[in-house]
Amino acid sequence: MDKRTEVIQVDVLARVEGEGALYLKMDGGEVKEAQLRIFEPPRFFEAFLRGRDFRETPDITARICGICPVAYQMGACHAAEQIVGIHPEGPLRELRRLLYCGEWIESHVLHIYMLHAPDFLGYESAIAMAEHHAEVVERGLRLKKIGNELMSFIGGREVHPINIKVGGFYKVPTVKEIRTLRERLLWGRDAAIETVRWTAALDFPDFNRDYEFVSLRHPDEYPLNEGRLVSNRGLDIDISDFGDHFEEEHVERSNALQAIHKGHGPYMVGPLARYHNNFDLLTPTCQELAREVGLGESCTNPFQSIVVRSIEVLYAYEEALRIVDAYTEPDAPSLDFTPRAGTGHGCTEAPRGICYHRYTTDDNGILLDAQIVPPTSQNQKSVEEDLLHLARQSMHLPTEDLTWRCEQAIRNYDPCISCATHFLKIFVE
Amino acid sequence: MSDTHKPKLAVWKFASCDGCQLSLLDCEDELLAVAGAVDIAYFPEATRRMDGGPYDLSLVEGSITTPHDAERIQAIRKVSKTLVTIGACATSGGIQALRNFRDVKAFTSLVYAHPAYIDTLAQSTPIAEHVKVDFELRGCPINKAQLVEVISAFLNQRKPLVPHHSVCVECKLKEQVCVMVAHQTPCLGPVTQAGCGALCPGFARGCYGCFGPKESPNTSSIAQQWREMGASEQQILQAFRGINGYSEAFRVESERIEKRLHPSDDPKTP
Repeated sequence: MDKRTEVIQVDVLARVEGEGALYLKMDGGEVKEAQLRIFEPPRFFEAFLRGRDFRETPDITARICGICPVAYQMGACHAAEQIVGIHPEGPLRELRRLLYCGEWIESHVLHIYMLHAPDFLGYESAIAMAEHHAEVVERGLRLKKIGNELMSFIGGREVHPINIKVGGFYKVPTVKEIRTLRERLLWGRDAAIETVRWTAALDFPDFNRDYEFVSLRHPDEYPLNEGRLVSNRGLDIDISDFGDHFEEEHVERSNALQAIHKGHGPYMVGPLARYHNNFDLLTPTCQELAREVGLGESCTNPFQSIVVRSIEVLYAYEEALRIVDAYTEPDAPSLDFTPRAGTGHGCTEAPRGICYHRYTTDDNGILLDAQIVPPTSQNQKSVEEDLLHLARQSMHLPTEDLTWRCEQAIRNYDPCISCATHFLKIFVE
Repeated sequence: MSDTHKPKLAVWKFASCDGCQLSLLDCEDELLAVAGAVDIAYFPEATRRMDGGPYDLSLVEGSITTPHDAERIQAIRKVSKTLVTIGACATSGGIQALRNFRDVKAFTSLVYAHPAYIDTLAQSTPIAEHVKVDFELRGCPINKAQLVEVISAFLNQRKPLVPHHSVCVECKLKEQVCVMVAHQTPCLGPVTQAGCGALCPGFARGCYGCFGPKESPNTSSIAQQWREMGASEQQILQAFRGINGYSEAFRVESERIEKRLHPSDDPKTP
């Protein structure tokens, strides 16, 4: 290897949600610095939540992210419900799961087809890709559309759903209405299978790392809304202990706070982590297909996250079908409660990984304190370590190729930078 | 790939959630047609290609919250023949404009370990406070059909057909039951601009103002109506101080209510 000395800088990262930059510094053949810089301006959600009614949290926190609003709404609802001591079960729980399936589909398919796949096939965008792969892009658009339709069906609209409240929903569908989804979901399931086969056949750089995978784990189901927090390195805690095990650091190059697992360091959340920790809970179809395409029960190559996402899209379609077929109408669209003082925690699996909420209210349900930890700030350190290793390994590539490869490594995480900057921990020094 | 005879489109982002520009990618049925009619020259969320200006149409999402962004929007205006703002952040400052009613210095030191790393303005302001805007498309999020209408109107050099009447009109057109009359549910529909399709009343809840104030809204009258229905002053205040809290009509009403709540305080000039 020559003594390469160069700074690679991409000021506006493309095909990610929000505004970030890549900075890579090589000196004398060594990689000195590898950074994902986040310059998206902060929006101070946690600060202005103080003084608001806790019943407003699903509507307000949805606005943190236009791509994964349901993740915020669900985390907010669970935390609020813990405070007032209610726990929606049965059809209400199933409807929430169905809504979340819609978000996983919409968000994952957007990433697979429009943000990530163009890298593997050498296109600047999915629109450019459509010139030579029209059928593929059209399949992706239709798959994504069904995810959006699911969200609109349950939530009223796909971006910032309006039908979500603490305790359940404002209005729930009838059995007859929900069955109208069935045909589309069946098409989607088949198209999701095609997607897995298509993504698995892409060319992947040989790049594997030993990650700490952190995700939820539920005894009976692939995790969406509930579970314990676990990792492949022995973590197994109740979500309310999140703060004891994870901490966020504020670094100069970033308007986001970077999270680490105390005493362990960087960790990864998202599809690879969920998949590793919960493979046994995927449907038989997903498991068989994963084996058929050579993915195995664990995947440590972040470039292959596109295949794991495809498996999760298939899971979401199958799970949506199960819920639609088994649905019975609940007695009431939501559970009643009385506001009271307390602290509640919520942690759900956003498409990009765990999203943690903690709220404290007074006797009237007014928020005294709020903390929200989004997945992207948790992955930021892991992204930077990937960049460091990848740059070392790819030092022989010409600048243009190395730059693209590094951008791709960031996109492996489907980073949501809009989310990442809005989370501002209350800091006591 | 660059197509010289097609109008050049650029999509810009400021402080926002990405949801409005995502709405363009959510036009699954129209996306490839739109991409065929315009030259997508700058749209980082969708493409690595980043062509320089000038642009025929710039869609701007997000509000201005940093000194750097205040400069960036000036540069964007200079290279844009037509500039259209999309969404509540760009048209009214968005939910993050709730900071405008508080002390932002306290915000940063409260939430960041090293406030000095954070470069932020005291207020979150709409794009039109900084540069000339040719058309403002409301909504949190915007309505996809309205977005396609705006792009298509621009392509055909006509005025976009976007109604400025209230949510109530949409509600009546859909033959929905009025939640205020039938269920005594407080609703901002009478003072909020249409565009969502009267979504919330259709789901048995009151409108919470995603599309901002309609033309000449009677906010004091709706506040009074809420009072008569048993809403507290605090609830009414928070209702106006929401997604579009910094839009003029809602801001003025919330400040009026704040004065009723705290008559001795000096009014904070926005």
